[in-house]
Amino acid sequence: MDFHIVWYIIVGVLLTGYAILDGFDLGVGALHLFSKGDHNRRILLNSIGPVWDGNEVWLITAGGALFAAFPDVYATAFSGFYLPFMLLLIALIFRAVSIEFRSKEPSKRWRKTWDIGFSAGSILSALLFGVAIGNVVMGFEIGSDKEYQGTFIDLLTPYTVLAGVFALAMFVMHGAIYLNLKTEGELQEQTHKWAFRGYYIFVVLFLTITASTLYLKPEMVANFSFGKVSLTGSRHAFIENHQTAISVVAWFIVLLNILSIANIHRSLFKKKHWNAFISSSLTIAALIGLFALGIFPNMMVSNVDPNFNLDIYNSSSSLYTLRTMFFVAIFGMPFVLAYTFLIYWTYRGKTVLSDSSY
Amino acid sequence: MSFDVETLSRIQFAFTIMFHYIFPPFSIGMGLLLVIYETLYIKTRKKVYENITRFWIKIFAANFSVGVASGIVMEFEFGTNWSNYSRFVGDIFGSPLAAEGIFAFFLESGFLAILLFGWNRVKPGVHLFSTIMVFVGSMMSAFWIVVANSWQHTPVAYEIVQHGEGVRAVITDFWAMVFNPSAPIRVTHTLIGAFIQGSFLILSVSAYYLLKNKYVEFAKKSFTIALVVAAIASVSQLVAGHEHGKVVAEHQPAKLAAYEGIYKTTKSAPLTIIGWTDPETQKTIGIEIPGLLSYVIYGDWNAEVKGLEEIPKEDWPPVNAVFQSYHAMVALGFLFIGVTLFSVFLYFRKNLFNQKWLLRFYMFAVILPVLANQLGWVSAERGRQPWIVQGLLRTSEGVSPSITATEVMISLSMFFVVYILLFFVWLYVLDREIKHGPEDYTHHPEAGYESKEGRMKIIEKL
Ligand code: HDD
Ligand code: HEM
Ligand code: HEM
Repeated sequence: MDFHIVWYIIVGVLLTGYAILDGFDLGVGALHLFSKGDHNRRILLNSIGPVWDGNEVWLITAGGALFAAFPDVYATAFSGFYLPFMLLLIALIFRAVSIEFRSKEPSKRWRKTWDIGFSAGSILSALLFGVAIGNVVMGFEIGSDKEYQGTFIDLLTPYTVLAGVFALAMFVMHGAIYLNLKTEGELQEQTHKWAFRGYYIFVVLFLTITASTLYLKPEMVANFSFGKVSLTGSRHAFIENHQTAISVVAWFIVLLNILSIANIHRSLFKKKHWNAFISSSLTIAALIGLFALGIFPNMMVSNVDPNFNLDIYNSSSSLYTLRTMFFVAIFGMPFVLAYTFLIYWTYRGKTVLSDSSY
Repeated sequence: MSFDVETLSRIQFAFTIMFHYIFPPFSIGMGLLLVIYETLYIKTRKKVYENITRFWIKIFAANFSVGVASGIVMEFEFGTNWSNYSRFVGDIFGSPLAAEGIFAFFLESGFLAILLFGWNRVKPGVHLFSTIMVFVGSMMSAFWIVVANSWQHTPVAYEIVQHGEGVRAVITDFWAMVFNPSAPIRVTHTLIGAFIQGSFLILSVSAYYLLKNKYVEFAKKSFTIALVVAAIASVSQLVAGHEHGKVVAEHQPAKLAAYEGIYKTTKSAPLTIIGWTDPETQKTIGIEIPGLLSYVIYGDWNAEVKGLEEIPKEDWPPVNAVFQSYHAMVALGFLFIGVTLFSVFLYFRKNLFNQKWLLRFYMFAVILPVLANQLGWVSAERGRQPWIVQGLLRTSEGVSPSITATEVMISLSMFFVVYILLFFVWLYVLDREIKHGPEDYTHHPEAGYESKEGRMKIIEKL
């Protein structure tokens, strides 16, 4: 077994879990200000109330896993991305405390302030995640010492901003679809409308970003090309030998992506809410899969010299650590899934307010 | 002092971790008390215990969320500000951090949802189980993070290898790394410190109610149980701290010498109760007990204690700062032992709740364990300077080369503003919850025991 690839997959799975689960939290947050009246806002807040903290733990664990398995990527990415990342942390802080504090006071001004904190924190986080992914696609100025050499402004290009807006649109759609599951009556009709609108915006942006990626970064298709387009950076025998298998998987994900996007529309139309939710979750998973395969086996591409790319081999921990931590992760995963299942099962069904709600 | 990336990053790290560390000890300590209160409720089915449990859960929740919000920052700050350090120790340090996510945070957040919102959804037994799991989870997160931290104090089970253009430390034995020499005792001492802090919060609020003569039965019951925990924890803390000191003496002699202001290696070294030390003149003045330090560390009044002279001067920690913070922590430790034991004594003489002055002391005393915990960490972490990993990597070598002082200045100011704001909002919310007081759930059906129809009625009323 190649533990480098295994860990690339584990980090990917954690990020996917995060994007699907916290994705709808961020979407609900972004939509929060569009809902009218205190009751509706509380329903929105409490639809994610018991689960948002657990959802965020996927991000924290992805961070820890990245640190353990690919310390160089952890170091380069977060120090290179310094200011946007600090902004993201502040946004996440605001979101977290707004959820907790909002309903502690009946006063209108108090609630409005935290409503804005919750919404703005969610919108900013979603945008910044997109910008980050956009930057990984476009590559960084990484030197031979593995350090980022560019500046803050280099991180904001039209493409990366587009990626940010795309991520926001995706999470808004996903959040609205989640709300369809959690609300009833008039509010549900409203969220259903949001879901449709979000869907159309998402599709337009999806086409735009796919076209721009193919135009700006044709290398991204290397793993889809059955070996016809070559990868940048160092060669690795294992990957060269399995090029066909990788491409087959890649095309499978492309197919999954198209089908699930189409199915969102169909199920929204038929008001099959669960179907729509599963489809939008699969869409997110497929998009992350495409992104991951697009850069694989690199994790951060250097625009200075492809030899300075950080890939899953030159930036990883020692084999001993990868192996030990693999068993730790395998041992822990059933627990993680059990806890996640437990909360979602306990809070299944429509959101109702009780005296311990937010 | 020049405001370069290193200095600013140190200030930022110290500020953000010290802010974070206000909250977890409350969560851990209150977690223990919640388990006790709720067990009493399930056993006795007395309403007062239900009120107690549900009230403290509310306080717990407000505290927990700020802990979570400030914790996310910590998880990534190693990468943002200490990227060279992260490259150097990633192979070792990343593992406990990942384990913390997998084993502790998922557990905590999953069961927290039931602890906070689950009263009407699950059976009482399941609710109690969730409370226990949240408590266990918070101790596990303390365990893993403190393990990571301890390795920087007492690095073992590693080897230095070439990696890319530099070198790094890699693990040679995972479990030896986890149970590195200072880890077990540091975990123990930190957890006990958290129990003290959590129980003092409950003592403080209960004392306030007693002084106001409100919710008297509620306050007396809360107070008594918290007092027992505080007293046991305070006494144990002396034992744990003593053991901790021995480990420091063995592995970080420079730190121990700084704690006590010892410059010359001496037999029969004195222990200073209170004093002042000046590394320039290499003199320590104050109230000393001759030979006691040798006795405390080695159990022998004549044992030799290493002085700072054995260590090159550029490797000295900031001696007086560490000396003072350490002595303040120990002094507070003795204060806690004294005051809690005295209160227990008064309790048995049935004379505790009349002592207005003592209740007034407890009302404000909640700040003291917070201080003791912070001072303890400042001693441990500053005493390790100039090393970020003892003996292997200097703090100055650990910083991120790619960030600028301006950037750190911006982020530091942002954290400063946001955290100060957050802190006051947190105080305000706590104050409101406390003034509002515990609710009386007697008009409610018993938590968790009610029927489905009963539940529908409550929902309709809302
Ligand atoms: C309520 C909190 C509290 C109290 C009352 C005490 N401590 Fe403490 N102490 C801590 C909370 C703490 C801590 C926050 O948990 C520290 C900081 C870092 C660490 O490892 O634990 C610590 C560190 C710490 C260290 C340094 C470890 C190192 O440098 O690595 C020593 C030697 C002691 N303690 C000893 C004591 C003694 C002899 C006490 C006398 C009663 C005492 N502590 C009371
Ligand atoms: C630099 C070191 C630290 C890092 C990286 C860190 C990381 C974190 C993170 C990411 C969270 C949020 C978890 C969630 O979302 O549920 C958190 C909360 C928590 N941390 Fe820390 N932490 C650090 C120091 C500490 C220390 C020293 C302790 C205890 C001794 C501790 C104990 C806890 C606990 C119990 C929580 C749960 C939330 C709370 O109780 O407020 N942490 N920490
Ligand atoms: C929770 C209580 C903690 C407090 C109050 C605390 C406090 C501090 C302080 C004051 C410094 C700055 C020292 C100086 O520059 O003079 C520092 C440095 C540092 N601490 Fe801690 N610390 C805590 C826990 C931890 C934990 C759990 C870790 C690791 C997991 C950690 C890792 C570090 C690192 C990497 C530095 C480097 C910066 C430096 O040495 O200046 N700390 N800490």
